[in-house]
Amino acid sequence: MAVVNDHTVKAFDEDLNRLRGLISEMGGRAEQALLQAMTALNKGDLDLAAQVVEGDRKIDALEAEVEQLAVQTIALRAPMADDLREMIAALKIVSVVERIGDYGKNIAKRVALMDQTRSIEAIPLLMSMSSIVAELIHDALDSFAARDAELAVRVTVRDKNVDDFYNSIFRTLVTFMMENPKHISESAHLLFVAKNLERMGDHATNIAEMVYYVVTGERMEERERGEQPEDGAAEQEQG
Amino acid sequence: MTPLTTTNDDLTITDPKMKAHGVDVFYGEKQAIKDVSIDVGTDLVTAFIGPSGCGKSTFLRSLNRMNDTVASARVTGRIELDGEDIYAPSMDVVQLRARVGMVFQKPNPFPKSIYDNVGYGPRIHGLAPAKADLDVIVERALVRAGLWDEVKDRLGESGTALSGGQQQRLCIARAIAVDPEVILMDEPCSALDPIATAKIEELIHELRGKYAIVIVTHNMQQAARVSQRTAFFHLGTLVEYGKTTDIFTNPRQERTKDYITGRYG
Repeated sequence: MAVVNDHTVKAFDEDLNRLRGLISEMGGRAEQALLQAMTALNKGDLDLAAQVVEGDRKIDALEAEVEQLAVQTIALRAPMADDLREMIAALKIVSVVERIGDYGKNIAKRVALMDQTRSIEAIPLLMSMSSIVAELIHDALDSFAARDAELAVRVTVRDKNVDDFYNSIFRTLVTFMMENPKHISESAHLLFVAKNLERMGDHATNIAEMVYYVVTGERMEERERGEQPEDGAAEQEQG
Repeated sequence: MTPLTTTNDDLTITDPKMKAHGVDVFYGEKQAIKDVSIDVGTDLVTAFIGPSGCGKSTFLRSLNRMNDTVASARVTGRIELDGEDIYAPSMDVVQLRARVGMVFQKPNPFPKSIYDNVGYGPRIHGLAPAKADLDVIVERALVRAGLWDEVKDRLGESGTALSGGQQQRLCIARAIAVDPEVILMDEPCSALDPIATAKIEELIHELRGKYAIVIVTHNMQQAARVSQRTAFFHLGTLVEYGKTTDIFTNPRQERTKDYITGRYG
């Protein structure tokens, strides 16, 4: 579905375009934060990790800016129909993207707490998982920019892969901890990293569901979910 | 009755007060309304929206045969009030307009006292055999119109001396006084300030359920605020008719969406 911008009041179009631009930038930064945090983790690069932590401030600032602009637009333009749905979705999407940014920051903060991680076999798995998650985030935000409901549906379906990855890494790390009690501390950190990635995938699907609502006006059908995470946290964290 | 859903498809109005079927309205050669069919619910406020010249006022005026006063106007199709064809030769038009009252864009009180403005209709329709009966009717209508407290001590003053918003509520009281079943409102707030507008909207809310109300408005926020059903007219046709919440959050027709989001042009 093409994005049509042809309101009689042109200033309204300018507000909408600015809003979309800000969300796009915010999403790009959150995705970047994830990739950099994982690179920092893989290489033990403390400087890069510090950059990610610092960069999260900008993501938070963008969230505040979008919120302000959306509230202002609702107040001044009284948007209706798909415009209204977009405003509501924009508010919800930025709070989700902000959470994704926080998870990236959280991963970056763990880099300094680990020194022996390179010897842990789960690391390559985590790297693969993170690139899938980054793609999901990327595609979820692309679907918003392009008003593409089909792409949004595909994002939610692909989240199953992330959940499966998480379960596999969970088992790998638990086994590793049993066999290598000396590395329990690092392994526990890596478990949190895996959990953060799994949550980021869920947030990407949340974005996709909102995009679907913006485009169609309907809520997305309950999708086929991936295997539930096996750490017992599924119930409290779903949705 | 099918259960309520959030789609426009379920528009079941179980107890329609008025039914229009295949209505065309012509002004001379020009067709202003093309094949409009719509049910107006008894307990609902129905809003007609659409750009200028879309025919919404013309259609509204055909619901109580106000178009009869326009020499070139011709209405075909069927419009029923409680199942009765209002264009049937046997229909008493004066009686019809008492049952289907109207409030206009600009308040138009008679140049008479406040009391007489409200009492005139009941008197000529023979609803008040005695002065005491008329007093009761006038007070009740003014109370219902939310004007009583403001005018009870000066019922003898001219209706035209009131403020614009008060005059409009006086006109609503006048319409109510003959105990109508339907009230048609043709942009009742377009000449009023926001406070007076809010009072009329509150009044519409109060009157809902007592009368079937149909309101034509250019103010889409107003349609969204006061109505439960919204009909969008464009170029003489009824483009979309649905629950107000659906029309304003998720219209089905592209033309409706373009209009309510301000893309019409």
